[in-house]
Amino acid sequence: MLRTKEFVKEVRTGNLSVTEHTAKILEEAEKKKDYNYFSLLAKEYAMETARRLEKDIKRGEANGKLLGVSLSVKDCICVKGIESRASSKILTGYKPTFDATAITKAKKEGAIIIGKTNQDEFGFGTFGNNTGIGFGTPKNPFDKERSCGGSSAGSAGFTALTENTHLSMAESTGGSIACPSSFCGVASITPTYGRISRYGLMDYASSMDKIGTMGKNIEEAATLFNVIAGYDEKDSTSLKEPKREAKLPEKAKIAIPKDFLEKADEKVSKAFWDFIKKAESNGFSYTEISLPLNTKYGVSVYYLIAVSEASTNLAKYCGMRYGAYENLEGTFDEYFSEVRSKNFGDEAKRRIMLGTFARMSGFRDAYYLKAMKARTLLIEEYKKVFSKHDFIAHPTMPIISPKMSDVEKLSPAEIYGMDLYTCPANLTGLPHISINTSEIDSMPSGLMLTGNHLEETKLIEAAKRLEAIK
Amino acid sequence: MDVKIDSALIEKVAKNARLNLTEEEKRALAKDMKEILGVFSVLDELDVKDTKPSFQPLEIKNRWREDTKEPCLSNEEALSNTNHKKNGYFKGPKVI
Repeated sequence: MLRTKEFVKEVRTGNLSVTEHTAKILEEAEKKKDYNYFSLLAKEYAMETARRLEKDIKRGEANGKLLGVSLSVKDCICVKGIESRASSKILTGYKPTFDATAITKAKKEGAIIIGKTNQDEFGFGTFGNNTGIGFGTPKNPFDKERSCGGSSAGSAGFTALTENTHLSMAESTGGSIACPSSFCGVASITPTYGRISRYGLMDYASSMDKIGTMGKNIEEAATLFNVIAGYDEKDSTSLKEPKREAKLPEKAKIAIPKDFLEKADEKVSKAFWDFIKKAESNGFSYTEISLPLNTKYGVSVYYLIAVSEASTNLAKYCGMRYGAYENLEGTFDEYFSEVRSKNFGDEAKRRIMLGTFARMSGFRDAYYLKAMKARTLLIEEYKKVFSKHDFIAHPTMPIISPKMSDVEKLSPAEIYGMDLYTCPANLTGLPHISINTSEIDSMPSGLMLTGNHLEETKLIEAAKRLEAIK
Repeated sequence: MDVKIDSALIEKVAKNARLNLTEEEKRALAKDMKEILGVFSVLDELDVKDTKPSFQPLEIKNRWREDTKEPCLSNEEALSNTNHKKNGYFKGPKVI
């Protein structure tokens, strides 16, 4: 299979047909639909784009870094004219009237959108089992009995399974890119908060949501990242690019939080240390450190902020201007409550309830405001580490992908606890990468590398060096 | 913080959240919320009285733009995703 850069070269020189490739990948996705990776396969849209591009290529009028490359897009990212539902029944029939900025940029470089990938409803999940009412559960490409990880389950699953050139645009709030990357054995980039525009991304928790990328390896994920990153005046939280990017030193210093590792499954921990030992003789040095505040409070702070923000963001879904609706009967309150109760899934209801509670008069200071203050301490703890080290490394997840039958036995609180490694970097807005470094019982296990704010380039270079070791 | 999660509190929160819950959902949510808030209570021991909140992970200053007219959605586009419309407006449920 050709990687993106080689693929684009072949397309440009006319050695490869964009329409044939698009038809091939759509056929592949259709054949593998029992994996539930797509909430919508945009066959006509993709083929029309491919035919148009092919004509432009023949006329010598087409160019772009993603020329003819198939792109799958997480369902919570708006694509003009394509039903976009964040895998929620409450958005049934919603066809955005605009493209997300990240989509506009990818299209401008010649990407062909092939469909919307299935996810935990609005991003509410760790194992991909919280898709909305009527959406199937994505299955792991290595073992159908196991989880793809969440919430960008479909993006990771299809990226791993496809035999064609393909990239995926995903999204993370508390680990929704890194976790499924680890469980499915692909590479991913979750950027600094604000590095990729959120314009056109359906909000889950506005102070933590980030669009990111996935590919078969880090170079693939970086190709898409470099296309879609950058300042956007349409997003008031969008960041200006750094004037000078940090360089990767010859001997990069990695900090390993021992308090994180203590919570890892024994086999995951061993595989991680085996890999670190190899890294030590290949351009990295490591030091064991401690992140006591992030270890102890990270999950609670993350979830308090996440549910509080989600409960306000989801208030707009009420069956009036878009999405699912009912007959207009009863009062405002009765009508809105009816539509919301029928169309939100169990986890969405749980998070709306928790968030509404945490923001209620009498509780707001003790929960929501306290979490915001605690976030300051967690950021400071990370910043101290980055004053002495280049990166922080640990396994992406404390376990390999579990069987869905085991996930069903866990309580919501136990599931939230599984995000121990990914919540801290996400709630502090730090960029991180997950690459596939180990195999445990025939399942992939990823390494998560976190860098300082806005140091994606350095992070990508380090990840390439680490991938080469494997 | 000690909070008594009983059916009265669940009903009050559900009303604020515009959710109609079945008795089974109320029971399940009370159980889940009790357990989850128990986990969150670890924050009780954290002293933040002299700490400023971080409403964003990175400091973001107000962004201003020129107060000029820019293209926006047409009336037709704005109404294209709803079934409830009349004379170029959204049609909603009864207010009074």
